[in-house]
Amino acid sequence: MKQFMAFVKKEFVHVLRDRKTLLILIGMPIMQILLFGFAMSNEIKETKVVIVDQAIDNSSAKLVARIDASEYFDAEIRDLTITDFNIEAAFKKGDLKILLIIPPSFESHILHEGSAQLRIIADASDPNTASLLTTYLTSIIQDFQKDNLSIQTIPYNIEPEVRMIYNPQLLSAHNFVPGVMALVLMLVCVMMTAITIVREKELGTMEVLLVSPYKPALVMISKAVPYLALSWINLITIVLLGVFVMGLPFNGSILLLFVESTLFILTCLTIGIFISNITSSQQVAMLISLMGMMLPTVLLSGFVFPLENMPKLLQWISNVIPARWYYVIVKDIMIKGTGFMDILKETLALLTITAFFFIMSIKKFKQRLA
Amino acid sequence: MSAIEVKGISKWYGKQKQIAVNSLTFEVKKGEVFGLIGPDGAGKTSLFRILTTLLLPDSGNARVDGLDVVKDFREIRNRIGYMPGRFSLYQDLTVEENLNFFATIFGTSIEENYNLIREIYIQLEPFKERRAGKLSGGMKQKLALCCALIHKPTVLFLDEPTTGVDPVSRKEFWEMLGRLKDQGITIMVSTPYMDEAAKCDRIALIQKGDILAIDTPENIINSFPEKLYRVQTEDTGRMLKILSEYSSGLYAYASGEYVHIAFNDNLISPQEITIVLREHISSEVSPEEIRPNIEDCFIHLLRA
Repeated sequence: MKQFMAFVKKEFVHVLRDRKTLLILIGMPIMQILLFGFAMSNEIKETKVVIVDQAIDNSSAKLVARIDASEYFDAEIRDLTITDFNIEAAFKKGDLKILLIIPPSFESHILHEGSAQLRIIADASDPNTASLLTTYLTSIIQDFQKDNLSIQTIPYNIEPEVRMIYNPQLLSAHNFVPGVMALVLMLVCVMMTAITIVREKELGTMEVLLVSPYKPALVMISKAVPYLALSWINLITIVLLGVFVMGLPFNGSILLLFVESTLFILTCLTIGIFISNITSSQQVAMLISLMGMMLPTVLLSGFVFPLENMPKLLQWISNVIPARWYYVIVKDIMIKGTGFMDILKETLALLTITAFFFIMSIKKFKQRLA
Repeated sequence: MSAIEVKGISKWYGKQKQIAVNSLTFEVKKGEVFGLIGPDGAGKTSLFRILTTLLLPDSGNARVDGLDVVKDFREIRNRIGYMPGRFSLYQDLTVEENLNFFATIFGTSIEENYNLIREIYIQLEPFKERRAGKLSGGMKQKLALCCALIHKPTVLFLDEPTTGVDPVSRKEFWEMLGRLKDQGITIMVSTPYMDEAAKCDRIALIQKGDILAIDTPENIINSFPEKLYRVQTEDTGRMLKILSEYSSGLYAYASGEYVHIAFNDNLISPQEITIVLREHISSEVSPEEIRPNIEDCFIHLLRA
């Protein structure tokens, strides 16, 4: 026990004296939350929409006013002919994402022919934004149609009343905060643990540790302890930032989140130890951690791309990605406020993955150098 | 009982079964300083790793302190001290922290075995707050030796402890080994420096996994069968070329600022060589007979 404490103390000294790495590890979650929160938001707000109003009549003015009044768009009106305004050049410049053309005699078409046409042109080089913008714009136009023309004869009317529960404002923070949590914990635990153990091999100190009465398995465990502590710090930072800066609700039990997070951290630590057992250089360890763990975590955990839309094969693969389960757990606890029984399946999945890598680590574990 | 007993130990690597250690058999007596002398790639480190239980031999068996290196590896790990060749300590820990750490890991404390390391540690004490990464090469090796010694091992394995260390520190380091021997610790040490061989009780000259000779340095030198002369020259290359063209009965090689010439004096006389050299190089060259050192013996054995 005294040996274990001395070893853990030594590990803390390593972590604390490497100021630059420590700063990155502590600062990374803060940066990621702020980055995702403010820079990479996929919410639409006050997007510039150019409206070429060739009609200039009562109806077109009403429509334009309605679009401009919405919080999603900021209308900029170009009238008269298209010739003095080059559509393609405006799109190529990049600041224009969507354009609406109201053709001449808009109102008279509505009144006399009962149908009128509008043209929407959107920059689909970013398909997500383009489809979001067109959806928003179309729904404004539909509202406009309904309000103005309900006097006209529509035989019946189905009006769906939509209610978004758990996240009524559709805030993207609900999505990315749990994602960043999984990502950061994965990074700290898997990569840092793998690197720190492999570093001992590279330095030659592992040889001396092996030729000592200290059990090699304890070497691995002692080296993982500081990263467990660091992960807890990161966990607390992210939750605090999420709740107080990003306005995330915290509906569930704090204790449950802490316990489940610790389970996820242990999963990651075991994976880190496993990687360190099968590699012998820091570069390889880092590469395997990044390619083998980080990439699938980002792509297949459901936090960037929804899992439901993926091919069956990828959905299958995603089942072995620990972050996929943890992501659901965090969302359920924090946002839905569910209890332990509802996340039993996810917890068991994490336990299984942990057990698998634990057994593999022991099997791959070397009492000797080769 | 011997401190180390090696019987037919072999080790090979890779698919081509490249031989690293080729069926070695030797013994190291208790309290002896045993030197393993050979160039890089001779198999020294592989042998060390087998004896320190870090590698499994592919054939043969070995005992350290009476314990089998394969079966009783845990017990051996309690007893031996090992300083690997590329051992660089923990660079970000201070001198004192490094020593404390290794003492604790080996289940002891600095105070308990202080008398063993005192003479070495006294030199390090002024720097004990300094990080190991900021020490000089010689200081690092002294600290590493302290760390390997702190648990009072019965057998000490030092793999190239003086490589990359300045001559003064090397000399000090060997003096320390002498004092440890007086404390009854068996020491097995490897080095590529031939001049250090003379400081061992017995040495094994090793090349490509084979032992070329194993004896006391004195006996190995005495068994050198040929005459050895040396000549000082400014143009080593030219002299070597002339000598190699002159006769197959001799061989010459550069050694520092001299050229060493070894030959069988039943076939060639020293006078002949002098004449040839004066004729081709300069009238001032005068070969003088010298007593061979370990390096000369090594080169002789390599040719045999």
